[in-house]
Amino acid sequence: MSTMNEKITEELRQKARQLLESGRVAAFLGYASGSVPMVMRPFVARTPEDADRLEWNSFCVLNLANYLPALLKSFEPPRRPNEPPPQGPLPKVGVVATGCWSRNMVVQIQENQVERERLVIIGISSRGMVDRKKVQALIAHRDVTAVKEGDNTLVVAGPGFEEEINRWDVVRDNCKSCVHPDPVIFDDMIGELKGERDLPDRFSQVEEIEALSAQERWKWFTSEIQSCIRCYACRNACPLCYCPTCFVDDSRPQWVGKSIDSVDTAIFHILRAYHCAGRCTDCGSCESACPMGIRMRILTKKLQKDVLQLYGIEAGMSVQEPLPLTTYKKDDPQDFILTESLKGEKK
Amino acid sequence: MLPRAGFQQWLQELSGQFEIFGPKKNEKAIVSWQRLEGGELPDMAPGVPKGSIKTFFFPQPETLFEFTARPKQDDSFRLREPEKRQKPRLVVGVRPCDARSVLLNSMPYKEDPYFQQNRQNVILVGLACRNGCSTCFCTWTGGSPVGTEGLDILVFELEDGFVLEPVTERGESLLQKASSARDATEAERQAVQEIRDNAPTSLPEAMEPASQLVQKDLMALYNAPFWQQLSDSCINCGTCTFLCPTCYCFDIQDETLRGKGRRIRYWDSCMFPLFTLHASGHNPRGEKVKRVRNRFMHKLKYFPERFGPLSCVGCGRCVRDCPVNIDIRQVMKELLAV
Repeated sequence: MSTMNEKITEELRQKARQLLESGRVAAFLGYASGSVPMVMRPFVARTPEDADRLEWNSFCVLNLANYLPALLKSFEPPRRPNEPPPQGPLPKVGVVATGCWSRNMVVQIQENQVERERLVIIGISSRGMVDRKKVQALIAHRDVTAVKEGDNTLVVAGPGFEEEINRWDVVRDNCKSCVHPDPVIFDDMIGELKGERDLPDRFSQVEEIEALSAQERWKWFTSEIQSCIRCYACRNACPLCYCPTCFVDDSRPQWVGKSIDSVDTAIFHILRAYHCAGRCTDCGSCESACPMGIRMRILTKKLQKDVLQLYGIEAGMSVQEPLPLTTYKKDDPQDFILTESLKGEKK
Repeated sequence: MLPRAGFQQWLQELSGQFEIFGPKKNEKAIVSWQRLEGGELPDMAPGVPKGSIKTFFFPQPETLFEFTARPKQDDSFRLREPEKRQKPRLVVGVRPCDARSVLLNSMPYKEDPYFQQNRQNVILVGLACRNGCSTCFCTWTGGSPVGTEGLDILVFELEDGFVLEPVTERGESLLQKASSARDATEAERQAVQEIRDNAPTSLPEAMEPASQLVQKDLMALYNAPFWQQLSDSCINCGTCTFLCPTCYCFDIQDETLRGKGRRIRYWDSCMFPLFTLHASGHNPRGEKVKRVRNRFMHKLKYFPERFGPLSCVGCGRCVRDCPVNIDIRQVMKELLAV
């Protein structure tokens, strides 16, 4: 009998093939299997035959929304920086999306990085993706040569060993604390929508740190980022990071030092997190991409918690929803942003 | 031959003369290069540490010189040599692939005083590989799991101790200081020979050695169709280049703080768009696909054309940690098939 993922894979290939064959999309963005266990390859299928390489399993950890702005752009005719986009419909791209990925697409639509009309979204309700670092820790960091996935188990094998582990035990922290597994926008679905999960303690990882004293929190933060090599995998894996030139790369003016000085590294991580406030969906790409095992998503999770408490908003739940940190309402308590005449009007 | 305790004692004795480093697990169970104190043995689990050994020769960052950045002081903007390290360093538990990377990097850095001075001041004590890893492939790129290139001493781990073989003169003189060393017995010599004979080989027999790439037509490789697909997946982070022992590109900057300045040389990555950005605003490798292609072409074609060997030692760090599974072994195969 085939597993859930095998069924999803089969259906995904079929749908992608149809989209590519009919010419409805110019490309389909999904995952292909990788050359090493537990690492998947984000993959752009450009022909109907390519669609047969698509694969779905618990190791699709990077958020595919990350690739969309550039991928869509690659199908536009070349133009100068200030030239307006060409008239008429542009080629579409198909993409597979779980809850958080679709929410990041919503954020990209709200922020004018992606046009909804140019996406054909195949939704899949997420069962949570697996953290390979957790798997490695469970098997004492031995060399893994094969992982076979069942519906609720992983059979991990290497030279001289084979162990079965419970899938949920090694699911990523962000997935375990996720309440929105369903895609919020989609054109077609594979499988059923599961509905919201009820998780009263979903911010517990943040609350643990919040309970510490300021000094202890600083100690936690500095020791967490101590091993950072400034490879920017966290930033580059993030669908929110699309600035043409990032503040860490800028050299005129230079905002932050370029080597691994601890102060510079701290500035990078703090600013990266703040740039994501009110926009982050806790997809966990940053943490999954980090080669050093830094848990930087606790910072963005804290911001997610604050934005939810202050504004009652979670990022990317609806295209119509205002972006919490770039929207001003006249009855907002602080009026520093208003001109004198508008302040008078408000009174 | 040194028994386990004798090996520790030897390291302890050397710690007066050297700062000793080696692979060690951190609290997250990541093995990295760390100071070893009091005769501590390095982590000897199969495989290479997370970070690259280049950090000892091409530090992140290297201070090239220092200066005072206050205009009205007597010594303002006069260059000073940076403070030197007190002690030379000894790195123990170095896998043969890593040691070989030092020799390879030494080719482009032949006339670089900083790199060469670091080479003078760092002793490498190797550890022969008894097991391969699923991600490593040193034999594809001209290395060997029991190779000695770049090492001062090669260590073979046996059940009850270590057999140490000097490779260089300075290695030899350090071994003479090992007070509890004795000549290896016939059985021990045989055990070492067995490790040599059974050294794991990761080269599939049918594959053409990757060194053949140098004979291939450059433009045919350059225009190969698979680069686009590779770059579709790449997120252009610096994980591969920063973990890689043979990536040696750098950038230079002046950092000044409260009147004190230093010029540093720090790691750069050809994956970053700014790597080739010209002052004019033109960027010859402005698109991702060009950057991805360059990383592999540099290692597998341009470097060998200039210096001979491939600029890859097959340690597999990039294979292990690339977040999107870009695998240089597959790239080699595809290039060989062009």
